[in-house]
Amino acid sequence: METQRITGAEAVMKCLRFENISTIFGYPGGAIMPIYDALYDYRETIRHILVRHEQGAVHAAQGFARAGGHTGVVLATSGPGATNLITGLADALIDSTPIVCITGQVASHLLGTDAFQETDVIGISMPVTKWNIQVTRAEDIAPALAKAFYIASSGRPGPVLVDITKDAQFGLTDFHYQPCTEIRSYRPVPIPDRDLLSEAAGLINSAQKPYLLIGQGILLSHAEEQLLRFAEKTGIPVASTLLGLGAFPADHPLYVGYLGMHGNYAPNLLTNECDVLIAIGMRFDDRVTGDVARYARQAKVIHIDIDASELNKIIPAAVAVHADAGHALEILFDLVGENQHGRWLQQFRDLEAVERKEIIEPAVFPDNEKLNMARVVHELSTWNKRSNDLIVVTDVGQHQMITSRYFSYRQARTNITSGGLGTMGFALPAAIGAGLARPDKTVVAIIGDGGFQMTIQELGTILQHGLSVKIIVLNNHFLGMVRQWQQLFFDRRYSFTEIVNPDFVTIVSGYRIPAQQVETGEAFSPALECLLRTKGSAFLECVVEREENVFPMVETGASVAEIRLN
Amino acid sequence: MEKKRYNISVFTENTIGILNRLTIIFTRRHINIDSITASETELKDVYRYTIVLHETELQVRKVVAQLEKQVDVLKAFYHCDTEIVYQELALMKVRLDEDRMTELEQIIRRHNARLLAVSPEYAVFELTGHEESINLIVDDLETFDLLEFARSGRVAVTKPMKTLEAFINELA
Repeated sequence: METQRITGAEAVMKCLRFENISTIFGYPGGAIMPIYDALYDYRETIRHILVRHEQGAVHAAQGFARAGGHTGVVLATSGPGATNLITGLADALIDSTPIVCITGQVASHLLGTDAFQETDVIGISMPVTKWNIQVTRAEDIAPALAKAFYIASSGRPGPVLVDITKDAQFGLTDFHYQPCTEIRSYRPVPIPDRDLLSEAAGLINSAQKPYLLIGQGILLSHAEEQLLRFAEKTGIPVASTLLGLGAFPADHPLYVGYLGMHGNYAPNLLTNECDVLIAIGMRFDDRVTGDVARYARQAKVIHIDIDASELNKIIPAAVAVHADAGHALEILFDLVGENQHGRWLQQFRDLEAVERKEIIEPAVFPDNEKLNMARVVHELSTWNKRSNDLIVVTDVGQHQMITSRYFSYRQARTNITSGGLGTMGFALPAAIGAGLARPDKTVVAIIGDGGFQMTIQELGTILQHGLSVKIIVLNNHFLGMVRQWQQLFFDRRYSFTEIVNPDFVTIVSGYRIPAQQVETGEAFSPALECLLRTKGSAFLECVVEREENVFPMVETGASVAEIRLN
Repeated sequence: MEKKRYNISVFTENTIGILNRLTIIFTRRHINIDSITASETELKDVYRYTIVLHETELQVRKVVAQLEKQVDVLKAFYHCDTEIVYQELALMKVRLDEDRMTELEQIIRRHNARLLAVSPEYAVFELTGHEESINLIVDDLETFDLLEFARSGRVAVTKPMKTLEAFINELA
């Protein structure tokens, strides 16, 4: 074991190397200068992506983590640097994304004195981190970071923050790195209760209309293979939450669609007809359940999750299993019988035909004049059927729901979006991170005209680092989802949802990214092909219909069975 | 579901900020904490928080799950009043009135309060007991000049026999 006396700042770098971190996102400032100075000596082994705002750093790290399956790392300074992280931390916490944020802090003797750029980042970040710690001595840096990396990535992953005072960064310490593998008060991987799983298997084996709902837990557990085997053996229809898209191939005969407020018709409606509901790695978000009092009341619910606090939180389970998705599926696989549910599956197909006729076909019908959102996504998805190399990153709003509905996700970790928090401005920086994690893939960011302007400055990050992101802005000159709600529920009173936009093509061109605008269906197809064939980054603004609505829709307070088609 | 008084016991590591991590779980759910006390337990560096609140059992169960989810929390339980042995402590500083010394003496005797300090102007008494017992002595002292009054939160031990150490060994 090596021992040498180094500064706390250099200890940070050595810890990152021990954790195999080779890409970090950040923004320098006064209180983190010693760490940045140490980074200068490591710039050949640790690639630092200079963002344009700290929020962008966290979202980029999220995209990096979600696309690559590794922990994302962020550096920021004290005060405003740290407070700018908060939105990203909240997003990463609710969407279970492993992030380690390292913030600089004023020297320890200045803590609590209202020193320049001092803020209580531990207090502020506490509700939005899985764990956080302030370090005031150089020798405490390595153990704190070891714990941070362990906590961020284990169990239900999440963001952690390590706040390091400037004197701790300057201080000298003996260094030896001991990766953290155990914390007495923290048991991230539960041992599945086999009796409960037998009970679950009993319900599954005798079910007439079993139904499998999957969430991001499948991806976080790397359990896609186990899920596929389990579903194929039991013949159970599979539906996915927003964050679960891609965990089960969308073109598989057992896949029945996307759940939730703007999800598919059949998977929402038939939630209230199944007899056994098997929910794995999902948390019954209100956007999935609609009115909980009228959610799957007829069904026996089996809920499997790695986070014990999610069990019986929203939907009471007949069998609640505290387990990692992959472990549970492996055990269940041996306990369930081979089966087929042809008639039950046909019910999904019949309703799917209704949705196809009423909604999907008109929406994706190629119209030479007009351009709408569904058409854009549908053609992108058609492209991906051939190329199979796209990662699609979405922002928040109508375009996000349209993408989730019309893009056929067939591979794990190809869908990156802000789900739980619904953070506008997420997509552009997250796409930057996704591209860095998966240089073998083509990353397409689909963003609304509103969200694009929330983190538009990250175009500078793309420019500076020569990154490759294909950006599609769906411009309807509205904050479209809010406008849709105003139309449906607020008597068409469009209160501050119409948005006057700049000339996006000029702005993006200023960042030396090739940019195009299309307004018609006819012009779109060649423009999309041009976008995807361009080497490096490229931009396509699609001017779409102003008042297009996303349907189907489960209104707030409605039951999933009351999903409306128009 | 009916709201009742519940006692939550949380066992934590001795880390800076853990109290804040616990209380924000209540704040976020708009739950008022009636009382909270903290102390080191029979195990070195393991701290015990006793939190009293008025809530439905369902909500309490969810809160306990959230408490236990915190990285630095070893274990969290909830109990109703009949499942624990509990006490509070109150200190009362009363101005002495020569004409009412006998009356004051009777109150002290009746409630089994203890005299801790005395000066020509005031006396300090202590009473330990359930919240209701303390409320009774305060009522009796109403016509006296109560110069200062301070009471602790509830401290409690549970009736079930399983030791904290056993729970912690189970974790390992």
